[in-house]
Amino acid sequence: MITAGCDVGSMTAKAVIMRDNSIIGSAVALTGHVSEKAAIEVMERAIQKAGISMDDITCCVGTGYGRKNVPFAAARESEIACHAKGAVWQAPTVRTIIDIGGQDAKAVRIDNAGKVLRYLYNDKCASGTGRFLEIIAEALDIDLAEMGDLSKRATEKLTLSNQCVIFAETEIISLVNEGKEIPDIVNALHHAVASRAASMAKSIVVEPDVAMTGGVAKNAGMFDALGSALDTELVKIEHPQINGAIGAALLARELCGTDTDSDTAGSPARL
Amino acid sequence: MIVAGCDVGSLTSKAVLMKDGRILGDAVIRSSAKPWESAEAVMQRALPENVSREDIGYCVGTGYGREKIPFVNEVVTEIACHGKGAQWLVRTARTVIDIGGQDCKVMRLDTDGTMMKFVTNDKCASGTGRFLEVMARVLGVALDELGDMSARSRNPVTFANACTVWVQADVIQHLNDGIPREDIAAGINNAMASRIAILVNAIGVERDVCMTGGVAKNNGVIAALDKLLGIRMRRIRRYDPQLVGAIGAALFAAEKAGGGVI
Repeated sequence: MITAGCDVGSMTAKAVIMRDNSIIGSAVALTGHVSEKAAIEVMERAIQKAGISMDDITCCVGTGYGRKNVPFAAARESEIACHAKGAVWQAPTVRTIIDIGGQDAKAVRIDNAGKVLRYLYNDKCASGTGRFLEIIAEALDIDLAEMGDLSKRATEKLTLSNQCVIFAETEIISLVNEGKEIPDIVNALHHAVASRAASMAKSIVVEPDVAMTGGVAKNAGMFDALGSALDTELVKIEHPQINGAIGAALLARELCGTDTDSDTAGSPARL
Repeated sequence: MIVAGCDVGSLTSKAVLMKDGRILGDAVIRSSAKPWESAEAVMQRALPENVSREDIGYCVGTGYGREKIPFVNEVVTEIACHGKGAQWLVRTARTVIDIGGQDCKVMRLDTDGTMMKFVTNDKCASGTGRFLEVMARVLGVALDELGDMSARSRNPVTFANACTVWVQADVIQHLNDGIPREDIAAGINNAMASRIAILVNAIGVERDVCMTGGVAKNNGVIAALDKLLGIRMRRIRRYDPQLVGAIGAALFAAEKAGGGVI
């Protein structure tokens, strides 16, 4: 059976196509202003990579901030449930997930089956979300994707005294004016974002192993900073950014799998 | 004796010169990156004709940059100065709300001006002067125009979130959607007021309530806050509400100098 997961986030849309228990295609695209368009586009690209057609997909689950705008989804699931499912599939020993998204951050504690036990969610304050990194990248005129490598070249330990993104931005500009090096500043920024995400995670009690999901996990500096903020070594999962979409594709299999004998199982419309 | 108060804030610097309980001169300037330069410049500007710096018998410094003012005889916290200044202007003031460029403080005063308790937010930009500054810039209006736009709004927008970063994104979205600027501005002033109200309610409303700092000149925020607190705050009209901290500092200077005339 072929299933799909489509995770439309505030910044990027992700699609994953799975056959039985393996990923046969995946894609990531910028969400832009019209999330429905992004969902269709990212799914088309994933299908192309998998070498299948839309009709081959038995069932698709939509998730993420824009999940309501995934037109071909048979069902919609919360990101929390999808990240939980995806994480245990990628790394069975994971019990705590920290997902830093473009406009939010989540900490989720799960059992060995990927069932959600406790979670906490922040979308009220931009600090501790991917937006913090984005705003500072803009202010420093550097590429968001470069930040991980930049922070690796840090030599002086700096600490940001402000947690608020707005105040931290001013603080960072004065650090630049004082002649501080960009790698040191970026490193301090990673630790600030990590400490914010870690304090949220600690309030649901962090149980090892801990995995970091979401696009921000591809930033090696953030990955290390979060590990040090939690005082533990994080499990490295292969596909952090498409983890939610993987979970959605797995949930799609569970949803439609129960109906495999029925002759209408192939039609998402009946769900 | 002529005394002076110099309040070097994060955004603006203020100076007041007093003699026998009367204000002789005052000034407000934008702070530079160097507090000692701001202090020097604002003091110079506050000097009335026929008064020179040598005539100032005692000077008290306050505000964010108070430790870096070279010419003061003494420093006093902003909280104390705002309380002192507010009660000099509004005798009956028991609750003083001071909104600074990057913080918000609420003070409870005793009848004799003693500080009973206070709460402050300097962790989050929301509910501070910075919030309005960011929004005015996005909206493309001057900071002092923002307040009066509330009165011209028919359908104020509501923001789902208080975070300056998210509200900024929403403001851009509303502008792109063609929502009238007045309605967005009113939504901004209301959001600001509800953030302040949370802090005020944490300490409890005791009348009279008055507001100091630059935001006290924003009629939209004042009206919204009156409504949220269910009272009518006393307006400071005699002097610029931005000067209250510097007035308080000058009053302390008079006391310390032993004038005791105020």
